[in-house]
Amino acid sequence: MYVIIGGSAAAIGCIDGIRQVDKHGAITLVTDEAKFNYSRPLISYLLEGKTTEEKMCYRSDEWFLQNNVNIISGVKAQKLDAKAKTIALSNGDTLPYDNVLIATGSRPFVPPTQGYDTVLQKHTFMTLESAKALAASLNKDSRVLIVGAGLTGVKCAEGIRSLCKEITIVDLAPRVLPAVLDEKGSAMVQKRMEDNGVKFYLGDLVEKFDKTTATLKSGTVLDFDVLVMAVGVRPNTQLVSDAGGEVNRGIIIDNACRTTLPFVYSAGDCTEGYDAVSGEKRMLPLWPNAMLQGETAGHNMAGGNADFTQGMAINASGVFGLHMVTAGSYDGESYVEEKDGSYKRLITADGVLKGVIMVGDVARAGIYTSLIRKRKPLSEIDFELIKESPQLMAFSKGDRAKQLGGEV
Amino acid sequence: MKRVYVNEKWCLGCHLCEYYCAFANSGKSDMVKALKGVTVHPNIKIEEAPNGISFAVACRHCKEPICVRSCISGALSVTDGVVTIDESKCVGCYTCVASCPYGAVLPGEHGAVQKCELCTQNGGVPSCVEHCPNKAIVFEERGRA
Repeated sequence: MYVIIGGSAAAIGCIDGIRQVDKHGAITLVTDEAKFNYSRPLISYLLEGKTTEEKMCYRSDEWFLQNNVNIISGVKAQKLDAKAKTIALSNGDTLPYDNVLIATGSRPFVPPTQGYDTVLQKHTFMTLESAKALAASLNKDSRVLIVGAGLTGVKCAEGIRSLCKEITIVDLAPRVLPAVLDEKGSAMVQKRMEDNGVKFYLGDLVEKFDKTTATLKSGTVLDFDVLVMAVGVRPNTQLVSDAGGEVNRGIIIDNACRTTLPFVYSAGDCTEGYDAVSGEKRMLPLWPNAMLQGETAGHNMAGGNADFTQGMAINASGVFGLHMVTAGSYDGESYVEEKDGSYKRLITADGVLKGVIMVGDVARAGIYTSLIRKRKPLSEIDFELIKESPQLMAFSKGDRAKQLGGEV
Repeated sequence: MKRVYVNEKWCLGCHLCEYYCAFANSGKSDMVKALKGVTVHPNIKIEEAPNGISFAVACRHCKEPICVRSCISGALSVTDGVVTIDESKCVGCYTCVASCPYGAVLPGEHGAVQKCELCTQNGGVPSCVEHCPNKAIVFEERGRA
């Protein structure tokens, strides 16, 4: 019996991975969400009207049936017993497993703030349920305060822009998307958002709330109707830590996506796995990594032999039509180009491309991120050519014959 | 399975593949009406160097496509080995654009991404292959190069 705890990207990847090796073995998926078959990163697009609940289904209900997945939804996994190889569920059942995947993701982090309990309308922004609750609390006169200028806060602002009157974002960091962009990139995104009516108080924080007002450290007092807390997330690691598995910030996994507990695997936002760019273990809470880790874990749970060593930070997003792609690390020598309203920065170190930031024109960005992922020595390509624009022409004839002349 | 392969030795850089691709995917029956006065957005694109080297690039239909695994919406999937895009599900986040090692998933004109589907919706024989005047683009079964 395969058991998967969680129902998002890593879980889907795991089902794919199991079925690559074992076509029939019974799979049970346990998720605490009543409706789980949707893509979480799409919740802002749902509010914006760019997708529908129906189209948000990542895989069809039939797909779960065809893959013989028994679904237990709206039920929480409460305790992992790694010796007995069982999981205790919130509905009172105890589920035995041969191999289990912990794909519990993360939860919104709400910092303790004076007066938070008095706020009349407050939300987080992670699940479909939270997005629907937020939308239901908005009307054309609503003034919204978003705390957090990371991807969650920024995408939330875009999603609800046309559903409310005013949006103000507060963040302790001096710029938007500080975790993925540099100063220039942040400034471009902030400008685009300001052009669309979003106001910012950066380098500031909320000291106290009082029902519908927030007092900032700077002394500024902001009135709002609806509050969204988008400060950050915390990984859900407790099942593994309580069972005695190694947990740092996230659940520690090896390249096969095994935890330190036998027959217990983990994948996705709750983990700390190998980062191809730094060569160290770190949290890489991003959709592609979750899918690939899940697939690797599933493959191995079914008796296969797979390794995932190409994890890296890679982000693609857009705000009010301004696209951005960021990947890798930004420590090294930079090549910077600003052209036709677009910005590009390539970071090299140790003879390889380490990182990329592109804002505006992001066409063919994958050629750069692939160089980072594969640690391709720059001596093997025409770097002068490829830094102008991402292209296969910069590769050797031999590389190109492999890329374009055969199966890949 | 059959895929599109290019032989840069024989590519003339004539760009006919781009025009035929754009026409085949335009849904129109008259090539002049489909292409006249329009900037084409084909799924196959020529790369050219000043030294005369040129070749066409389109989706490789990878056996383990990273674009599909990266897709946050489920819009990209594999059907009988062909990597396909459901434009109605795509939200235009471009994570696939950020992931494809060949630069072959392209920002589209209307928000969604676009890519080569081997003309599976256009009769099954890739139009770029059919109309390449020097047979520099072929549609055949191959192993790794």
